[in-house]
Amino acid sequence: MDLTNERLVEMYIAMNKIRTFENRVAELFADGKIPGFVHLYVGEEAVATGVCANLTDKDYITSTHRGHGHLIAKGGDIKLMMAELFGKKTGYCKGKGGSMHIADLDLGIMGANGIVGGGPPLAAGAALACQYLDSKSVAVCFFGDGASNQGTTHEAMNLATCWKLPVVFINENNMYGISSCTINSMCVPNVADRAAAYDMPGVVVDGNDVVAVCEAAGEGIDRARQGRGPSLIECKTYRHRGHFEGDPCAYRDDSELEEWKEKDPIPRLEQKLKEMGVLTDEKIQEIKDKLQNDLAEAEKFAEESPFPDVSELLEDVYS
Amino acid sequence: MPNMTFAQALNDAHKIEMSRDPNIYVAGEDVGVYGGIFGVTAGLLDQFGEKRVKDTPITESAIVGTAVGAATVGLRPVVELMFVDFIGVALDQLYNQAAKMKYMFGGKARIPMVLRAACGAGIGAAAQHSQCLEALFMHIPGLKVVMPSTPSDAKGLLIQAIRDDNPVVFLEHKMLYALEGDVPEGDYTIPFGQADVKREGTDVTVVATANMVHTALSAAEKLAGDGISVEVVDPRTLYPLDEEGIINSVKKTHRLVIVHEEVKFAGSGAEIAAMVAEKAFDYLDAPILRVAAPFCPVPFSHPLEQAYIPSEGQVIEAVKKVMA
Ligand SMILES: Cc1ncc(C[n+]2csc(CCOP(=O)(O)OP(=O)(O)O)c2C)c(N)n1
Ligand SMILES: [Mg+2]
Repeated sequence: MDLTNERLVEMYIAMNKIRTFENRVAELFADGKIPGFVHLYVGEEAVATGVCANLTDKDYITSTHRGHGHLIAKGGDIKLMMAELFGKKTGYCKGKGGSMHIADLDLGIMGANGIVGGGPPLAAGAALACQYLDSKSVAVCFFGDGASNQGTTHEAMNLATCWKLPVVFINENNMYGISSCTINSMCVPNVADRAAAYDMPGVVVDGNDVVAVCEAAGEGIDRARQGRGPSLIECKTYRHRGHFEGDPCAYRDDSELEEWKEKDPIPRLEQKLKEMGVLTDEKIQEIKDKLQNDLAEAEKFAEESPFPDVSELLEDVYS
Repeated sequence: MPNMTFAQALNDAHKIEMSRDPNIYVAGEDVGVYGGIFGVTAGLLDQFGEKRVKDTPITESAIVGTAVGAATVGLRPVVELMFVDFIGVALDQLYNQAAKMKYMFGGKARIPMVLRAACGAGIGAAAQHSQCLEALFMHIPGLKVVMPSTPSDAKGLLIQAIRDDNPVVFLEHKMLYALEGDVPEGDYTIPFGQADVKREGTDVTVVATANMVHTALSAAEKLAGDGISVEVVDPRTLYPLDEEGIINSVKKTHRLVIVHEEVKFAGSGAEIAAMVAEKAFDYLDAPILRVAAPFCPVPFSHPLEQAYIPSEGQVIEAVKKVMA
């Protein structure tokens, strides 16, 4: 795949958009503006960005508890997301869902998920609908290394190959499920090795290289679109922050984090684009200023929005 | 008596029992190195080692299922589900396997296991991390259901649960983990099926569970100012249920209000109300009232979540209503 300079810059912007959003959310959480559980995507931006660069609004994704990056990469609105994180009425879910349940069905975003392993069967189901309706759309399932050990994930993969569903399983292997390291939680080196058990392609990519992710995901997505069945793509990456905000992270070494920061996907692409002459320092500053402005606007919108009224408590339980 | 938090009291119970019985093992997600997301299993890995304190992959079906299997053939597993909401992933192993095995096998099996889980709203954790599901477990013959409200009860009930030869679901309201209280030292048990009168009174019986015991107690304090004497009864175990303890209180007060955080519709209060109506109707001077969550998932937004959780004000209102 030959990515045009324009697409590369778009991906650069998307990754920065996720990073600035997440960094600000960390501050807002620390200030007590955002309650509950917040799981940030800092360090993993290349995965959602590279994958979603291959999708349209007609395609579906299922996300995880660490879902802000998926939503932004799929074209979601940070204003509505920020308002939701604040628990405001104007948020994506009218304040009822919060960070772990952000969804935008109009954009094919079938929700973040509070249940690890909740997404894979849902993605397979969306793919079943695409196949059934012959829509040529596909479904993409983001799931973690931890989620790869859930029965639901395996059941969904098996059924997806049995039925040749147009779904791509994107494993975000950041080496940990909370404190549980993959060294202890699985006995094959790669999540992608498990694809063999379901007779689907299993590919490992550098999850901190957005171009590599984009290309590998593109192949899987094309394959799904052509009716050739599912695939599993494992993106090796790392989360820079704790599992959730407030996690002291005592289970991993600082040196490990430092090593991974060297492989930070954003400076890597930035360096590359500068070398290619596609981006200059001024252009980069311009991009970052614009993102900061948009973010400030989103935050203002969230701050100024009202909380839902207590009378809304019993709305939306049934259709 | 040492002062401890609810979480420390549970931790103490683990240590006492694991020191006593080498066949007890602890397993669950992040129970070892992390010490449990709520700190309940802190220090167990250092004290008892990896063989007995097992960090697991994210695999609830297998965490619960291996406990059932191991218990069937002689171990005494104490496993943690982190959030009770995750039981959906593992439900078959609990309610079709653990709960029914003894009966289906004509009495031949014994399943001495404890499934601990955090429940309850109050921290903005939203719909999949905030439920109270005690009625779901109460509905399954073969399971015992424990729901403590104080540090000392938590310790005595957990030791009892570990020594029980049946699958026990042990529900820990997450707003209670930091609650401090006096906890007796060493080894003691609190028998199942023994309600505890948390406050004596003569006008109205309020049966409350877990965090709602404290809501009921503060309501009772306020009501005392209005000259209404409230007796707060904590069943402590929902199965077995201390029917006699509850009925004895109703015989004294002639009025009953039931308070729990799980949804009112088909909640544990429905069972308690029906039991009292069946067995002590003649003692009642007013209809039984329930104060419980509305029939919706737990909302994220703070004002909605606060409106969802039964409040002191609602308890006061219900008590005044049965007094009217
Ligand atoms: C069924 C279920 N079990 C456990 C949890 C608690 N939990 C939330 S996130 C998480 C770790 C997930 O690890 P992974 O899938 O690798 O995703 P990551 O957090 O690394 O992005 C755990 C154990 C949960 N939310 N749902
Ligand atoms: Mg992970």
